Amino acid sequence: MDIRFIQGNDAIAWGALAAGCRFFGGYPITPSTEVAELMARELPRHGGKFIQMEDEIASLAAVIGASVGGLKSMTATSGPGFSLMQEHIGYAAMTEVPCVIVNVQRLGPSTGQPTAASQGDVMQARWGTHGDHPIIALCPYTVKQCFDLTVAAFNMSEKYRTPVILLTDEVIGHMREKFEMPDFATVERVERPHIPVPHEWYRPYGDTPSDVPPMANFGDGYRYHITGLFHDDKGYPTQRLDEVDPWIDRVHRKIERNLEDILLWDEDEVEDANTVVVTYGASVRSARHAVKLARAHRAKVGLIAIKTIWPFPVEAVERATAHARRVVVPEMNLGQLALEVERVVGRRKVTRVNIANGEMVTPQMILDAIEGK
Amino acid sequence: MAHEEPINYYEYLRPNKKYPNVWCSGCGIGVVMGSLIRAIDRIGLDKNDVAVVSGIGCTGRMPVYMDFNTMHTTHGRALAFATGLKISRPKLHVIVVMGDGDAMAIGGNHFLHACRRNIDMTAIVVNNWIYGMTGGQYSPTTPLNARATTAPYGNVEQAMPICEVAAAAGASYVARTTVYHATEMDKFLEAAIRKHGFSVVETVSYCHTTFGRLNKRGGVVDMMRWLKDNSVGQIAAQKLDEEEKAAKIVRGVVCDVEKPEYLDLYQQVIDRAMEAK
Amino acid sequence: MSNNKSIDRTEIRLAGEGGQGMILAGIILGEAAAIYDSKNATQTQSYGPEARGGASRAEVVISNGEIDHPEVINADALVALSQEACDKYAGNVRRDGWIIVDDEKVGRVLASHVKIVRFPIMRMAVEATGKAITTNVVALGVLVGLTNAVSREAIEKAVVKRAPKGTEEMNMKALAAGFEAAQDYIGRG
Repeated sequence: MDIRFIQGNDAIAWGALAAGCRFFGGYPITPSTEVAELMARELPRHGGKFIQMEDEIASLAAVIGASVGGLKSMTATSGPGFSLMQEHIGYAAMTEVPCVIVNVQRLGPSTGQPTAASQGDVMQARWGTHGDHPIIALCPYTVKQCFDLTVAAFNMSEKYRTPVILLTDEVIGHMREKFEMPDFATVERVERPHIPVPHEWYRPYGDTPSDVPPMANFGDGYRYHITGLFHDDKGYPTQRLDEVDPWIDRVHRKIERNLEDILLWDEDEVEDANTVVVTYGASVRSARHAVKLARAHRAKVGLIAIKTIWPFPVEAVERATAHARRVVVPEMNLGQLALEVERVVGRRKVTRVNIANGEMVTPQMILDAIEGK
Repeated sequence: MAHEEPINYYEYLRPNKKYPNVWCSGCGIGVVMGSLIRAIDRIGLDKNDVAVVSGIGCTGRMPVYMDFNTMHTTHGRALAFATGLKISRPKLHVIVVMGDGDAMAIGGNHFLHACRRNIDMTAIVVNNWIYGMTGGQYSPTTPLNARATTAPYGNVEQAMPICEVAAAAGASYVARTTVYHATEMDKFLEAAIRKHGFSVVETVSYCHTTFGRLNKRGGVVDMMRWLKDNSVGQIAAQKLDEEEKAAKIVRGVVCDVEKPEYLDLYQQVIDRAMEAK
Repeated sequence: MSNNKSIDRTEIRLAGEGGQGMILAGIILGEAAAIYDSKNATQTQSYGPEARGGASRAEVVISNGEIDHPEVINADALVALSQEACDKYAGNVRRDGWIIVDDEKVGRVLASHVKIVRFPIMRMAVEATGKAITTNVVALGVLVGLTNAVSREAIEKAVVKRAPKGTEEMNMKALAAGFEAAQDYIGRG
């Protein structure tokens, strides 16, 4: 057994390597830099390549380019860099190029506080780039989940040809915890499918039963066109409504019809709960502590720890809160995911617990909310 | 190594792509595209091994017409996408086509760093001194005092010398020509693609639709003639004094040097990492 | 009730100036608990932008069970190597908990109903090893000697694992000096 005491950021890098990531393009930024440092050291040992680009815009561009060349690719950043990457998140969504973007959230806006924790990028992860597009964002709350959800991020990005955001935070990124390094050979990986047709027949954006057309890599004999413009099934720019509409429908459908596979969350004792705490990321740690204390005092409190934050697990939250009188939503921001929870359970049930100064939500703050103080 | 028989352009164009192209008739970008196809044909590259990457703007639309691996990326960032692609697939010959605004304004930072890294790719900058697609705004290469829709009283910004910047930033091969000098362009593009390292070819063009109209420079033929009359080769340029030279487009190879290439150097990283394992 | 003892956890805070090795001490303590004592541990930190100077703090939570909230809620022990750190955190130590300070760096300790232990930790490091850089390891020796937060065997293994090659013996000396001082203190009653 390979037991280590490592940071969340390290586990993200190891998870990426285990998932088959072979290209990392990034730019140094606190508190995500450890991911880049570990990738710079390990990628060349694993047959991969690392490059430090000139900024975060270039980083995600290089990542998308490398993915088009056939390597599973990732970048890691924090608030200011994530803001710069938004245009290319949209490009990856439009061109359906798999890639993983790690955002170790720090306190913002602007330069904010580089070493302070935050969950302030929740809505940016969903709506940061312009236009309508689906996105997947995963939120780990343990070091082990940093590894596992990075693997999941790569697998989902390949399976659904979509950018996937690993939305973690400074607490989880820098926290060290006991971690058992798995044998990489046992880690389940989704690989890019073989193209079943010759070049002349290949439709890079064609309609397929799965709604996810197989992606060909540049250099493999499938000479096709990739563009951020609306395009037809061959990838050529189009303004025809009968080609634009089906594209929009398909890219949303490919996510929506696979929610069962994409949505991940944990539930603690929600069955009899009259109060349910709904949270994610580092705030799960505070919440679970608070829920255990409340349970020790016989309060009927449950917890939903959301791991797939986008798409939002509407039905799971609906089910778990069906009998709850109060739904408590702690976050290290002034109320972002609370908007989604309110949309699902109704505004009157929701008690928000917010902190946006770089500190964690404390268990006491959540206990007070559970008790209606 | 010139082909005696004329090349079959159709072999390099996409038959099922919707035509006509987006460019105004008489646009110089078509000349650059033809020259690029001839250079690739002359070298004899397999179409599967060629990737053409572009940014946004009129020049950004070039790749879609050609039957290679083609990628039309975001404004200014083509070189960054191309860098990832080249690292991922070193066997690909990666050619990046950009306009002057694309390469030198929004993409200026990426341009500098691509030159500095000296990664084995070719950048073609079609310099028409203006933002054509958005309707004639001034660009980093718009001449001083020229008119643009965003410089209605004349441009007061100094023009960026593309080739000199590229050479100073570390490119291995840098050359400049114009769309009038198509044969010379063929030669430069061939040399640039063959170069093991980062190469830049500035192809001075024109935009008769915007720049020509706003600056009363006439139509396509007038502007082509202007390129012919106002450009000189390097030997002729030596005979001119500084003021005369500054008024001319000096064509020729600005630099052609041998220096370590990025991917070759990265192989050393891999070797050292494996040793330290 | 947020640090109610219905949840098993030992909380330790190590605080000082950047460059004193407090974060590394936290990592070593966490590794001792998680890897060598086979318990669970979390280690978190806060630090300024400076590589040297500025306030720096590591927090370690140790438990036989799952650790949820990873930060200190009400410390069982505080090690403070600067006056600023002591002033900031002395009020957040539980009743009958420990405050361990370097008495050449820390004058006042604003806390009551806690056990305050003063040692010249940095001087002890210099005396034991000739190097002030081992101050954090001496501090770990004192801390573990007094609180038994982890086993001696575990902390020894963890220190050796983290010590740069060739400095293992020096670091063991520093750790032993810390333990010795702790035992003297306990012996004195």
